[in-house]
Amino acid sequence: MQRIAEVSKDHAVRAHSEAIAFIAMACVLIIAPTFAYPVFLMKALCFALFACAFNLLIGYVGLLSFGHALFFGWASYMSAHAAKVWGFSPEFAILVGAGAAAGLGAIVGALAIRRQGIYFAMITLALAQMMYFFAVQAPFTHGEDGIQAVPRGQLFGIIDLANQTNMYVTVLVIFLGCFLLIYRIINSPFGEVLKAIRENEPRAISLGYRSERYKLVAFVLSATFAGVAGATKALVFQLASLTDVDWPMSGEVILMTLVGGLGTLFGPVAGAFFMVTLENYLTTIGQWVFVVQGVIFVVCVLLFRRGIIGELAHLLRVKL
Amino acid sequence: MFELLGISSQALFGQLLIGLINGSFYALLSLGLAVIFGMLNIINFTHGAQYMLGAFAAYFVLQYAGLGYWWAILLAPLIVGITGIIVERLFLQWLYKLDHLYGLLLTFGLALIFEGTFRNFFGSSGLPYSVPPALQGGQNLGFMFLPNYRAWVVVFSLAVCLTTWFVIERTKLGSYLRAATENPTLVRAFGINVPRMITLTYGFGVALAALAGVMAAPVYNVSPQMGANLIIVVFAVVVIGGMGSIMGAIVTGFGLGLIEGLTKVFFPEASNTVIFIIMAIVLLIRPAGLFGRGA
Repeated sequence: MQRIAEVSKDHAVRAHSEAIAFIAMACVLIIAPTFAYPVFLMKALCFALFACAFNLLIGYVGLLSFGHALFFGWASYMSAHAAKVWGFSPEFAILVGAGAAAGLGAIVGALAIRRQGIYFAMITLALAQMMYFFAVQAPFTHGEDGIQAVPRGQLFGIIDLANQTNMYVTVLVIFLGCFLLIYRIINSPFGEVLKAIRENEPRAISLGYRSERYKLVAFVLSATFAGVAGATKALVFQLASLTDVDWPMSGEVILMTLVGGLGTLFGPVAGAFFMVTLENYLTTIGQWVFVVQGVIFVVCVLLFRRGIIGELAHLLRVKL
Repeated sequence: MFELLGISSQALFGQLLIGLINGSFYALLSLGLAVIFGMLNIINFTHGAQYMLGAFAAYFVLQYAGLGYWWAILLAPLIVGITGIIVERLFLQWLYKLDHLYGLLLTFGLALIFEGTFRNFFGSSGLPYSVPPALQGGQNLGFMFLPNYRAWVVVFSLAVCLTTWFVIERTKLGSYLRAATENPTLVRAFGINVPRMITLTYGFGVALAALAGVMAAPVYNVSPQMGANLIIVVFAVVVIGGMGSIMGAIVTGFGLGLIEGLTKVFFPEASNTVIFIIMAIVLLIRPAGLFGRGA
């Protein structure tokens, strides 16, 4: 009994620290446009959501996807196409993008979960590369030019997203909504099974859980959230391009999550803001960006595996 | 000269030859990946970058020391192999007790560093590297014109692959290696220096990649991103073949190169993607890979 009491107390403390951190994050993001460029913030928020989606897979199921750019980039193409060519309103354009990502996630996930560990990473990378070549060849993506001048449109037919403030609020609402949804998924009974699979898959199977199905659902969810991020980014920048489907983008989201802290709730957000800020300052150095990213990878893996938020949580002795 | 389905025999066999050449690079690279994975439990993402380093080493040896292709084929694998040994001692040796994923992430970071640095100094366009004088020209076989250099690449890679297979599967040194892959602790108990063996294995795997790079230099240009896309295809090759068998890696590499060459002739739109499609099919039918021993 005492043990149960301790566990539930621990759980309460944890939920407490996470709630405080969430409110703090939301407050900072609400007042952020007063001291930072909205476009910069929106970019960071899209990447933060992308990294949270990726972290759902690596942090809570232990699956390293090396092909998440596939979902991000193709959702961005689909929503840009829907908004520009089909004349969809932004909310439906984002839904089209997310739906496309979910469909692709189901196919790629079903193939990739047939192998474990390191093979999983190689399969996702290879399939993402295949879809990159499709994006290069398909006529509707316009090759190197990408889909340009995507209209932001009127949200629900009344809110004009060409207005920067309206766009920022929309992106912020999407980000916070998805963040809470991911939090809910992680802390649901479903999420607990995912963590059990991460810790010891044979044991989870022996307890009667069909681990393949859980992994597939987690993969589709992660792909869908990545799709929402990519679709939103296409509207913010009014552009969908090959950069978003290429493998360096898959590497970047891994790096963001790693810098922030694998398997921490707020790590991906911190990592995304860190990397986007860094790249903002490094735009003048051209190709050295890749070298800097590579160095950060090496340093994180060798010396800093907990990441920013992981270290912070360790110091404060709370869960974040 | 004859024609088949409206395609001249020169086009068909020419593409098949290119396919075999690519296949020999796939074989050499996946062989190195498999040997490294066996000993280090690390998927070496830097492999593509090390292939690129091999080609650049050949280029530098020619530019700054005036040593031609035959020296390069000896020196480049040696130089790049030594940098591999340094990488292993500096970085990789700290990762063996961690999850496999960290090895992949670290070597991915190293690949970014190598490729980014070279792209800064040499741009994206390739540097030319000429075919050695002894291998210029070619033979007219009646149904196709066979450039000597291309024939040499296929024959020499096949020889290197088979020698590697022989050393690993049929010699005493190879039996130590296989034993250490199965159970390093026990092999150490017999007084064999396993950590040194691991270091040398990494150096050897990297040298194979560099050798492929030297051979690729006259066929393709020497360019900083020549390995970036190749490594992803090689990963697919490894997934298809499975990393359990040396001969499997060789057969899969050459076979997929040939299939890719055929696709270029009959259905060029799919030539970039055919290997990935085959990977998907193999995953559906034989999830463990053609020569794999379980996941």
